Amino acid sequence: MNELVAAVPWLGKRNPTAARWLIIIVAIAAPFIAWQFGRSWVRILDFALLYMMLALGLNLVVGFAGLLDLGYIAFYAVGAYTFAFLASPHFGIHLPFWLILPLGAAFAALAGIMLGFPVLRLRGDYLAIVTLGFGEIVRIFMLNLNYPVNITNGPQGINMIDPIVLFGWDLSRNIRIGEDFTINSLFLYYYFFLAAVAASILFIQRLQISRIGRAWAAMRDDELAAKAIGINTRNMKLLAFALGATFGGVAGCLFGAFQGFVSPESFSLMESIAVLTMVVFGGMGNIAGAVVGAFALALLPEILRDVAVPLQQTLFGHVLLDPEVLRMLLLSLAMILMMLLRPAGMIPARARYCHDHHLSNTLKREAAK
Amino acid sequence: MITLLEARNIGKRFGGLQALSDVSLTIHKGEVYGLIGPNGAGKTTFFNVLTGAYTPDGGEFVFNGSELPVGKPHKIVGRGIARTFQNIRLFRDLTALENVMAGHHVRTKAGVWGVLLQNRFTREEERLTTERAYELLRYVGIERFADVVSKNLSYGDQRRLEIARALATEPQLLALDEPAAGMNATETGQLKLLIDQIRRDGITVMLIEHDVKLVMGLCDRVAVLDFGRKIAEDVPAVVQKDDAVIAAYLGGGKHAH
Repeated sequence: MNELVAAVPWLGKRNPTAARWLIIIVAIAAPFIAWQFGRSWVRILDFALLYMMLALGLNLVVGFAGLLDLGYIAFYAVGAYTFAFLASPHFGIHLPFWLILPLGAAFAALAGIMLGFPVLRLRGDYLAIVTLGFGEIVRIFMLNLNYPVNITNGPQGINMIDPIVLFGWDLSRNIRIGEDFTINSLFLYYYFFLAAVAASILFIQRLQISRIGRAWAAMRDDELAAKAIGINTRNMKLLAFALGATFGGVAGCLFGAFQGFVSPESFSLMESIAVLTMVVFGGMGNIAGAVVGAFALALLPEILRDVAVPLQQTLFGHVLLDPEVLRMLLLSLAMILMMLLRPAGMIPARARYCHDHHLSNTLKREAAK
Repeated sequence: MITLLEARNIGKRFGGLQALSDVSLTIHKGEVYGLIGPNGAGKTTFFNVLTGAYTPDGGEFVFNGSELPVGKPHKIVGRGIARTFQNIRLFRDLTALENVMAGHHVRTKAGVWGVLLQNRFTREEERLTTERAYELLRYVGIERFADVVSKNLSYGDQRRLEIARALATEPQLLALDEPAAGMNATETGQLKLLIDQIRRDGITVMLIEHDVKLVMGLCDRVAVLDFGRKIAEDVPAVVQKDDAVIAAYLGGGKHAH
């Protein structure tokens, strides 16, 4: 949160309290603003929040621990399929949401460790290639595990997944208050996802400025020196993979329940790259960067798509460029612009990770002596 | 005199190069022990084997009466051996304070749950780590740069920071790999005072150094390596006059190459 506050232009440094409230108000008011443009925009906001969670989790692996992961979407898939298996007519199991969420997180963490073990000694390009392969393996498993025993239902995917039910309160139903006032289910999901993202930010921030976060940063900056001061780099790498995957798994659970349908095609390599682009675009190793990057890159293509399709129809009479093609085009364009103008991302990572107040307290005590 | 570290017949081979052969030496508690020798003599290799960066081909280290694990750097640091590097290896993007705090990692215990819940134990540990790191920065004399990103520090201060980071692991034996390399006379003088202070505070120091004046002025005993063999070990004044040592450094004699 502090990083986010500091990232608010102009206000962030002058009046952090005001900036904090501004962020809270904007976050709460966002779906109401989006609603004015149509319900699909609220849906896009919901997805933006899921992408934020993914970007936060991937940022932990890539930005904090310096382990380039090109297969991150596999953990999202593990979470989504866990939810689909345990809460849909596919196997006829309908477990409660609060039970599946930790299970999904745990399975994803396990997948993270499974990926982590073989790549412990790899760095940089080699690591990227292996993780890329891992992501594809998971997707291909999902695609082909419908024969001889039908587990994943193959390319058709699994549908009619149960919605999120919190203590008997179904988030997929609109709430009707009185005669003519309803709260759309998209709003309910928005606020639930917002709470999840807020919790993720809190946890990841705590990790970042802890003993563990410092060990990751040390490992990222110089692995040999990290070993020489007694950091068990093997465990710390596995921990980074497992924790990063956990956030992906939780986001996947939420995605499965929200969408009501999962299929392997949602977890392609392009999605991994899109999430990585968000992290890099926002600024690696930086919570605010991941949030802003995810928000910008989830929303911008949709806005431009909304503009581009009617624009093309007016100009050429028909649509020349498919919106999906346009999306990748825009992501690439964003990356090129970023490399030229802000090589460290929209919000470059601050160098300092430690508790500001610890230091300032110490310094104050020193001055008092 | 109490023996702190005993190296027994350490050997290390890289392909056709015998980097260390049968090196045995003993370091007593509380002394400053110098390890000198011409370039390529195996001094840094010895450090790397000692601290677990390499696994030795033969021999063993006995530290504080029990054998050191092989090839497990974090366990060796845990047992109380810390090192610095010949070419400074700091965590470039962390501040000076954070570098030292990272050094305290091996003496702290907070796990994932403690960090996520920020329980009292974790908060207290974090506070102590910060305080201790600040004290160490003051100890080496760079506390005013606590907030400076380490890659922006001057060369001499980076060397000091690396020593502070090694001290943060609370070692009994501090292994310094050419700490005075690239320093001017004033900085070397300050470094000498710092190492003296470290010794007075009860930490045994092992030192690789080329600066003969520093070694002679600082070390209680010196071992000389040449082509991976120990050719001399004694007090500096005796080693200085040793024929084999002079031959190794200047060439000639029976050690002519």
